[in-house]
Amino acid sequence: MSASEPSEMKVIGGIKFGVLSPDMMRKLSVMEVTTSELYDEEGFPVPGGVMDRRLGSVEPGVRCATCGNTSINCPGHFGHIELARPVIHPEFAPYIANILKATCNTCGRLKLPEEKIKSAREKMYKLGKHWVMLKYKYAQTLIKEASKVTTCPHCGAQQYKIKFDKPYTFYEQRDDGVHRLTPEEIRERLERIPDEDLELLGLNPKEARPEWMVLRVLLVVPPSVRPSITLESGDRSEDDLTHKLVDIVRVNQRLRENLESGAPNLIIDDLWNLLQYHVATYFDNELPGIPPARHRSGRPLRTLAQRLKGKEGRFRGSLAGKRVDFSARTVISPDPNISINEVGVPIEIAKILSVPEKVTYWNIERLKKFVLNGPEKWPGANYIVRPDGGRIDLRFAKNREEIVETLKPGYIVERHLIDGDIVLFNRQPSLHRMSIMAHIVKVLPYKTFRLNLLVTVPYNADFDGDEMNLHVPQGEEARAEARTLMLVQEHILTPRYGGPIIGGIHDYITGAYLLTRKDSVFDKGQAMRLLFEAKYDGELPEPAVLKPGPYWTGKQLVSVFLPKDLDYVGRAAVAPPVGRCDEEECGNDGYVLIKRGRLLLGVFDKQAIGAEKPETVLHEIVKEYGSDMGREIMDTMFKMFVAYLDMHGLTMGIDTIEIPEAAIHDIEEVLREAEERVKELIKDYEEGRLQATPGKTRRETLEDLIMNVLADARTRAGEIASQYLGMTNHAVIMAKTGARGSMLNLTQMAAVVGQQSVRGKRVERGYSGRTLPHFSVGDLMPEARGFVYSSFRKGLKPTEFFFHAISGREGLVDTAVRTAQSGYMYRRLQNAMQDFYVSYDGSVRTSEGFVIQLRYGEDGVDPARSDHGRAVNVDKLIKRVLALRGER
Amino acid sequence: MARPVSEKVLWSLVEQYYDVLPERLRRELYEKILEAGLTKSEAVEVIEEAVRRYKASLVAPGEAVGMVAAQSLGEPATQMTLRTFHFAGVRELNVTLGLPRMIEIVDVRREPSTPIMEIYLEPELAKDEKAALRIASEIELTTVENVTRSVMLDYYEYAVVLELDPDVMENRGVTLDDVVKALNRVKGRRGRVEVQGENTVVVYLGVEDIPKLRRLHDRILQLRIKGIKGIRHAIVKPVRDDEGNIVEYMIMTEGSNLQAVLSLEGIDPERTTTNNILEVYEVLGIEAARAAIIEEIKKVLDEHGLDVDYRHIMMVADTMTYTGKVRQVGRHGVAGEKSSVLARASFEVTVKNLVEAAMRGEEDPLRGVIENIIVGNKPVPIGTGAVKLKMRYEFPVAVANKGGEE
Repeated sequence: MSASEPSEMKVIGGIKFGVLSPDMMRKLSVMEVTTSELYDEEGFPVPGGVMDRRLGSVEPGVRCATCGNTSINCPGHFGHIELARPVIHPEFAPYIANILKATCNTCGRLKLPEEKIKSAREKMYKLGKHWVMLKYKYAQTLIKEASKVTTCPHCGAQQYKIKFDKPYTFYEQRDDGVHRLTPEEIRERLERIPDEDLELLGLNPKEARPEWMVLRVLLVVPPSVRPSITLESGDRSEDDLTHKLVDIVRVNQRLRENLESGAPNLIIDDLWNLLQYHVATYFDNELPGIPPARHRSGRPLRTLAQRLKGKEGRFRGSLAGKRVDFSARTVISPDPNISINEVGVPIEIAKILSVPEKVTYWNIERLKKFVLNGPEKWPGANYIVRPDGGRIDLRFAKNREEIVETLKPGYIVERHLIDGDIVLFNRQPSLHRMSIMAHIVKVLPYKTFRLNLLVTVPYNADFDGDEMNLHVPQGEEARAEARTLMLVQEHILTPRYGGPIIGGIHDYITGAYLLTRKDSVFDKGQAMRLLFEAKYDGELPEPAVLKPGPYWTGKQLVSVFLPKDLDYVGRAAVAPPVGRCDEEECGNDGYVLIKRGRLLLGVFDKQAIGAEKPETVLHEIVKEYGSDMGREIMDTMFKMFVAYLDMHGLTMGIDTIEIPEAAIHDIEEVLREAEERVKELIKDYEEGRLQATPGKTRRETLEDLIMNVLADARTRAGEIASQYLGMTNHAVIMAKTGARGSMLNLTQMAAVVGQQSVRGKRVERGYSGRTLPHFSVGDLMPEARGFVYSSFRKGLKPTEFFFHAISGREGLVDTAVRTAQSGYMYRRLQNAMQDFYVSYDGSVRTSEGFVIQLRYGEDGVDPARSDHGRAVNVDKLIKRVLALRGER
Repeated sequence: MARPVSEKVLWSLVEQYYDVLPERLRRELYEKILEAGLTKSEAVEVIEEAVRRYKASLVAPGEAVGMVAAQSLGEPATQMTLRTFHFAGVRELNVTLGLPRMIEIVDVRREPSTPIMEIYLEPELAKDEKAALRIASEIELTTVENVTRSVMLDYYEYAVVLELDPDVMENRGVTLDDVVKALNRVKGRRGRVEVQGENTVVVYLGVEDIPKLRRLHDRILQLRIKGIKGIRHAIVKPVRDDEGNIVEYMIMTEGSNLQAVLSLEGIDPERTTTNNILEVYEVLGIEAARAAIIEEIKKVLDEHGLDVDYRHIMMVADTMTYTGKVRQVGRHGVAGEKSSVLARASFEVTVKNLVEAAMRGEEDPLRGVIENIIVGNKPVPIGTGAVKLKMRYEFPVAVANKGGEE
């Protein structure tokens, strides 16, 4: 790539589509295929067969009989078959039907009056200038209109109804009965249509005369697109297309012989039909109405249309998605000690992936060392490319010392991946742009890719066996773009909502909370230890407690990392959802106040440093101080959080979710009350006292009410349990700070699991009138309809366990179905909008030049650079000015 | 000294950025600075900083905003639950939300699976629950089937015998006369309509033809007595403010017919909405349809607590409406009407698109993203591929020679 100048490279400007005429096909062809035989007894291709040497060389070493190239350079050459009788091209058949219907059977003109034709031509010309798709839509309406005409307005001939029988048979409903139109007759009619009228039918007569859609000559694709495979046993296995071509040639020959010998029409027609069938299935083997051509084993053949179609077809499988070199894939595992910008690459991978580096005066010594190390020893090199394009494979180079001496500026060394290189890292499904980000290489021992835990969020990765892909950009331009645009730190803020998508998760949040809690004080040793873990190398702040002491608070340690002019006011996740929360009073130390870069009040939890949360302390820092500061904070302060968690310890055992006997009794009481209530409801229902809500049946109303009662009971049970699970409980800390889990999860573990549902309703299915044989028919009590009285800690009864499994399975099925559906929706959105870009005048346009929006988002603001959707946070600016007021 | 800036001065300060800042931001600056009572110099400081920040937050030319919008909606869609039925404010009405609803919106279905209208009343009637109930019962479609307890076919007399349900009739505000009047309208009837006793109506076909009698039976049951076609159910719902006080009454309906409802007396046509986007397009036009699409997508996302920037949603709505017609996101709409052959062929229905392109002699100018990926010979014309890099690079001669000598 770098060797050739851009001016030397030809760029494809456009691709034109058209239909080949018989003459064109003969010109394209290098030979006529006349025999159905493939190979002679010695195994050489038979001249005049479909594997003829003149069609191109596929076997290595054999020179092509046409172009003289070997298999690598020979592009393959077309041959052709002269069909003894014309056949319909099956893909064009429906369009042939339309054309036949719209034109006169005698004079070939479009069956519309002259004036109409004239005005239609003008309209088509106008539409064609800007709205090409509308032109074709208009052509359809013309065809429809012309098809209804029964007498030709030009020659006055009577028109018959044409019947098209899929996939390629045509009939004409004449006065004396139904006549089958032979391809020959059809071709004659199509030939009569003048060019000017074809334009009105939406055809381009220069590129596609309709009679060309009836085949007299068939192109034979070169063997390079249908290579034969030589099996281990030495047998040859031919491609499906070759099989099909052999069939066509065989039938064609037989038809020709019979024609020449003057065989009866019956036999001719049979063979003609057979030829039509083979040609049709050669193009498309999934045509409706005809049986697919099959391989000897019964497998349907994969012919031309099948090669193009669908996800694994040529378009989606080979052209839109290509396979690449310089990539690696392995299992990922966590490494909290590398930066969020880095990725740990195993040495074994680093020795295979390479970066081309041009030898210059400045790097020659370094590159010489790499070459000397060779491909086996890291950091080494795999190839040397000479300025004349010659490649030296260092694997086979006997004496590298000698080669090193020949190294001169201008050479290219393909050296191993080393620390500091930039690579792209990706995890599928790639749902948003943060699924592929640039990382800086850090070569490490062992066999997994290592990544910082904080970047698992944008990749949606975990370490239960996930694998990820890595790509090494090979060009200087690509590397520059990767470094400036794709680096992880440039993606802390997501364009989805203009907030941080990378941020604290799990232990980072719990650690931050425990560290910043009011009761966290540290002596000098502990403070130094924590700051050391976070790579802090500045001074210790003044201790908050001098006697007894000196002691430092957790809030002080956090403040060390905050920008010196940061001001922030917010509410922590642990703060009570309602009630007072200000400087003087807030539950759980939930009022977060940062002044001049010092955390004065409040704790850090999900609402301060969490991932996927806008308007947090972290968001403020990244937004106001840039991505470098964001990365800095996450590489230092965040490490202190987990370091403190190590010191403090965080566990959860069976006793964590244990509640006193009294509480269990209370919960049982609540559940018993609910059960009573349900019993009453059922009684009301059975005795007809229950009134139906409008639009619902009485039974549905009953279900609604029962569900409400039971949901309420579980909430109350949860509340009772919560009283005994305070903020000293590790599980509660995790739930309340937003680190992991919810209070509902804890309720289910400690108090009661609650109602299991199928499709949003209580469990109903199973046996007739009952869910399980353990219950009597028609039992509507909670127990019989999937209510789980037990807690997870206590353990589930067999019936409860079964209901829980039902509900669980539904969840799994739901997820599987959902991913397919949302994936398809995403693909459609992507296809509809991928060509939109912001033009230099600020408007949003498609690649065709249509204006989608006059100003992007009506205000021209990029959500990724916005403050949670707003261009400017005016309140923040005013607050800042007001704060400065006092100091002037 | 620290006198707050006057309204007039502030106005001129803000308005000097008339062609820089968007209107909403200018208004916000004006209102908030005034409220905070800043001095003139402080106001200038805030405004200038706002201008700086606004400029810094502008999109870069070339940015692939369409792709970003598609991702911003596609990614959260994977987090949505599949079967979400949710109460539409009243317990009686369910709405489809979540992924199915989202797909429904981008598909532009003729009728949503749960069509819902929200009908607000004119200010004079808004606080009157009775008026609301009256309108609700007026618009609710009542067919003969709704008010009949049982139907019998009299094959001897060639008649349909209807036994009406007086309770339901009273409930729905239908009199016997209304029923008879409606029955007189039914097509295919040649005989009389006869009232027998209190609750029985007999409709004579007038011809001795059993298939016709059956058809008459079906037609009679579907016969509209009163109400608006399509409105299956109407419920009056109080609208409450934050303290729980009733502000006004509104009507929610199952089923939708925007045109008919908007022409009703007593309703507020400006606030009345439907969730049927095509209907909005047909009745109110393309701009309204765009707004409806944004509104409906927003509803789905909010329900799941998914945070997606408004601009991305606008982008989808604009994609669907920029031609002046509401087009589906998919092969029968936006993606199927692209001018590039390769783009169409690589999306869906590959062979058909190629065949048609061949007949039409189409030429693909390779201007879009996917076309250039397929051909693979130049960068995709978006983002950094939309600009060309030009640099006159002079190789430092002295160093080059030195390097050569080594």
